Amino acid sequence: MTATTKMNGIAAFNKALHIAMEKDPKVLVLGEDVADREGGGVVGFTKGLSTTFGDDRVKSTPIAEQSIIGAAIGAAIGGYKPVAEIMLMNFTTVAMDMIHNHAAKLRFMSGGQTSVPMVITTLTGAGAQTAGQHADHLEAWFAHAAGIKVVAPATPADYIGLTLSAIDDPDPVMIVMSMMTLFGPMEVPDDQGPIPLGKANVLAEGSDVTIIAYSSTVLTAFQAMPKLAEAGISAELIDLRTVSPWDRETVLESVRKTGRAVIIHEAVKEHGVGAEIAAVINEELFGELKAPVRRLGAPSCPVPFAKVLETAFLVSVDELVETVTATVK
Amino acid sequence: MSAGGNRMTPNPEQQVDIYRRMVRIERNDDAIRQTIKRGRLQMPYYSARGQEVIPSAISAQLNPDDTICTIYRGIHDMVAKDMPLRPLWAEIAGRVDGTCKGKGGPMHLTHPESGVMVTTGIVGSSMPIANGLGWAMKLDGSKRVSIAYFGDGASNIGAFHEALNLASLWKLPVIFVCQNNRFAEHTRYENGTSVDQISKRAAGYGMPGYTVDGNDPSEMYAHAYEAIERARSGEGPTLLECMTFRFLGHVFGDDDKYMTKEEKAEAMEKDPLPAFRARLIADGHATEEQLAEIEKKITDEVADARDWALEREFPSTDELKRDVFEAEIA
Ligand SMILES: Cc1ncc(C[n+]2csc(CCOP(=O)(O)OP(=O)(O)O)c2C)c(N)n1
Repeated sequence: MTATTKMNGIAAFNKALHIAMEKDPKVLVLGEDVADREGGGVVGFTKGLSTTFGDDRVKSTPIAEQSIIGAAIGAAIGGYKPVAEIMLMNFTTVAMDMIHNHAAKLRFMSGGQTSVPMVITTLTGAGAQTAGQHADHLEAWFAHAAGIKVVAPATPADYIGLTLSAIDDPDPVMIVMSMMTLFGPMEVPDDQGPIPLGKANVLAEGSDVTIIAYSSTVLTAFQAMPKLAEAGISAELIDLRTVSPWDRETVLESVRKTGRAVIIHEAVKEHGVGAEIAAVINEELFGELKAPVRRLGAPSCPVPFAKVLETAFLVSVDELVETVTATVK
Repeated sequence: MSAGGNRMTPNPEQQVDIYRRMVRIERNDDAIRQTIKRGRLQMPYYSARGQEVIPSAISAQLNPDDTICTIYRGIHDMVAKDMPLRPLWAEIAGRVDGTCKGKGGPMHLTHPESGVMVTTGIVGSSMPIANGLGWAMKLDGSKRVSIAYFGDGASNIGAFHEALNLASLWKLPVIFVCQNNRFAEHTRYENGTSVDQISKRAAGYGMPGYTVDGNDPSEMYAHAYEAIERARSGEGPTLLECMTFRFLGHVFGDDDKYMTKEEKAEAMEKDPLPAFRARLIADGHATEEQLAEIEKKITDEVADARDWALEREFPSTDELKRDVFEAEIA
């Protein structure tokens, strides 16, 4: 048995950066407040890095999101592997040109002559009453753009494994970090290595229905599992881990077995990632399905402030249990 | 502000080299327009006729591994940077032998061997990326420089302001070269820009800024020299606002009604090409025959590139799946 250490997502991500920077001197970190002089990040993601690896490799930036992503793109074309932090996912909107028109497209537009091996990390998620402009899950925007991969870890071990792979990837990768996945400590193998991008994780095996989740909703699904078991439902739980490209094989194999699927994400349901997954399941397994594929996500409204509204905005454990139960019936 | 200290003037050989680059731009531009007119080339074309001096005087002082990030109106910048014309033409014709296998086209040319790293169709976007290249050069411990070319309209976009601030803060070896042709698409300079000189904006970011006669090769050379020296010696970025005029519409086919006849005629009168040619001869830096020979060689080079490119194959549709990521997509 390998030794483990209890840590939360923040410490895990921090450990991944330490490992990557130690291993490869081309790995750089930049973003608002990331250096130790500025406290190593607002939640401490980058603590200790500038002290260990120097201010040249770990650079605090002005509040200038286009400039942050632009500098990362240029450094990536110039032979480095920058990890650029956009403090919160809503602020990626300010840098959309750099992310979508440049980072994601330069390899293709140059006919493969240049590549942009950079990582964008960004924090988000409802639950802390930050309301309209600080909590959106926008992963569908980036999943819809060709040329950038989107990763959404749910557990501390995955934070290490997926981050290591993202940094090593020859193309731009965005890591979406949900607030809800960051603070709960869990055991992490001391020798946790890279986890391949694009590979889902089957967290529980079952025979009646497949629940497909990622990021914060993996935790929602975890809580629903005992209740489903109590109701006599055998659910298979898949953590997608990578939203784009997503692991069709694992998902289709599971749904082929169970004949039923429920997809859950924190983002707004309409035009969300769940729609794509549901469509592919329908295309591939139409004759084998025992029930319509269902999706759960937020209503089409901005993230609200009042606790009662914010709670209603998020898919609850009970809602998931109800939907899964209705699907199996 | 004008550059102080000892002004560097190009020696006769360098002057002829600048002229060579200018002719290469002009002949190439002319050939592209003719070829579009004859229906043998289908592309959006943003001519830079009239702006030849700016990248020529700069490129005459750059090495192949110094980089440029340029814009849709940037073919002159690439030609000045010694990009080979055959793959350039194949790219604008959308052929598989183009620099980018026909996947970038005239607004997105890339050619790292010549130092052409990014060509963008998004106004203002060359600057933040040029910063990143400059950062990489600095980390490498090299003395290379990163040039960002852009227009006067681009200086009103947020990215310009963010990029100047960051470059100054990080002392990056970047030269911001604004080619002020006095129009942003159809908008006159004064209707879109709040200062009478863009160079004044440099002060707001703690870097030197100069307004330069972008049609005067010696003045352009001297200011570029100073900016390049500053960048190479680790002193940081410079903003050069290079005054010029584009002789043609914003895009090929545009009827340029937004320019007055008088200002256009005046600009044409000051066409930097014949003026510089006459000066080279008058100053005894080159003979008529020498220049004619240079021009002939370039005319042939351009014709060869065009004819070669138009004979190339189009890319296969398999290319849609390639270069999205390093590993082919399913
Ligand atoms: C962000 C963005 N907005 C608008 C456009 C459309 N557009 C293309 S060129 C142009 C004018 C730019 O003028 P300037 O920066 O002065 O450069 P010039 O074309 O004169 O070289 C505009 C508005 C664009 N390409 N990108």
